[in-house]
Amino acid sequence: MELLKVDRLAKSFGARRAVRGVSFSVARGETLALLGPNGAGKSTTMRMISGFLEPDTGEAVINGASIQSDRTRAQLSLGYLAEGAPLYGDLSVKAFLEFLARTHGLSRKVTAEAIARVAQDAAIADVLHRPIETLSKGYRRRVALAGVIVHDPPVLILDEPTDGLDPNQKMAMRALILRMRQTKAVIISTHQLDEVEAMCSRAVVIDRGEMVADATPADLAARAPSGKLEDAFHALTFGRGVAVVEGVA
Amino acid sequence: MKQAMNAMRAVYARELSAYFLTPLAYVFIAIFLIALGAFTFQIGNFFDTNQADLAPFFLFHPWLYLVFLPAVAMRLWADETRGGTLELLLTLPAPTWSLVVGKFLAAWTVAGAGLLLTVPMWISVAWLGSPDNAAIAIAYAMSFLMAGGYLAIACAMSAAAGNQVVAFVLSVAVGFVFTAAGLPLVTSGATGLLGPGAADGLAAFSLLTHFEAAQHGVLEARALVFYLGFITLWLTLNAIWVGARKGG
Repeated sequence: MELLKVDRLAKSFGARRAVRGVSFSVARGETLALLGPNGAGKSTTMRMISGFLEPDTGEAVINGASIQSDRTRAQLSLGYLAEGAPLYGDLSVKAFLEFLARTHGLSRKVTAEAIARVAQDAAIADVLHRPIETLSKGYRRRVALAGVIVHDPPVLILDEPTDGLDPNQKMAMRALILRMRQTKAVIISTHQLDEVEAMCSRAVVIDRGEMVADATPADLAARAPSGKLEDAFHALTFGRGVAVVEGVA
Repeated sequence: MKQAMNAMRAVYARELSAYFLTPLAYVFIAIFLIALGAFTFQIGNFFDTNQADLAPFFLFHPWLYLVFLPAVAMRLWADETRGGTLELLLTLPAPTWSLVVGKFLAAWTVAGAGLLLTVPMWISVAWLGSPDNAAIAIAYAMSFLMAGGYLAIACAMSAAAGNQVVAFVLSVAVGFVFTAAGLPLVTSGATGLLGPGAADGLAAFSLLTHFEAAQHGVLEARALVFYLGFITLWLTLNAIWVGARKGG
């Protein structure tokens, strides 16, 4: 079942065309990696899907509701982890999760149950009453992810969820995402190609705002003579960039 | 609509806790009360009037609000921009107006708490003489509404500036314009330059003008409409400027 449909999304900032007609869909149980070099348009695409940015053209439909025309209903079905995992440092973990649960319309009873559930899932039960600003980066990331799933949305968009984490923290985060993907449609933006191979069933590659590939990680890797995903990514993005620069020169 | 109300309540509670879990609200209220007392007793010569009313007390409200309330509201949106939480807030399932109103109401509650703590002054006057309690109640209510006007400006400036210090300076400057427009010095100058009609028009936009009658216990419908319209206008601008910040 298709839970997210992105149809020809485009966005320009002044003269710069950040995203040019990106289209894809994600079904329940699927984890899609959004790949691309820095500045390729991954975060802009995610921001348009989340409703933070208005696209110039195109549409994103989340669980049957358009983010443009039925924004609130679409956002109720979405859990969005923005780049850098922003949090309210002055709140305790519990207060932060309560705030997010309440904004999503959860009752007091359901909120208490939801917090107990995500505290266990994200392994943050031991820090529930601590102020967020006193937590380590790994804990903060997990708190941010707990906030994203507290209302149990069917669609998750995670912008670089493991960025800045140590190897152990990355492993724990990956395990959590793998558990969640069973019942949800998940999009992850990442630079870690080993993460893509370990967690994702599909990968969409974006380069300078354009979608240049949509395939399984194995199919993408097979495009490179070496059979490595890293080389395929390099050929699709950097290699293509060199060709364009050479053409101009 | 139900979802908008859920978000508004959650944002209101979150902001109120941010005020009262940190020293911010307490410091504001303490300094506000000290300043108000100093102005009322020292400059307003409260005891020399020999009248059982609170006229010298209400006289200074607009000027204290002009300086103190921007300090209360300047962080509301500027902090979200600085801390990167604006993206978190604006991707919640809620219309922007509900977030704007939730934040404004929290700041208004802090201002209301400060005002409420001046009630002992009313009790003292009632104990010493026989004041017109209905007139004082009207003045309190209109003062609270006027505080909403100053706060609405400050909320909008916090969204527009995205920086607390700039938001504070802009709020005081804009608030001053909407206060000074009702000063006799300004209105008499405007009468000489533009004629009495234009001077009256200018004064009609002043927060001060609409508080004058209320200070003497007169409840004017046009003052009520002005303050509510003024708050609505600035909160609308606030929502527009928050929307313009989307995508940083």
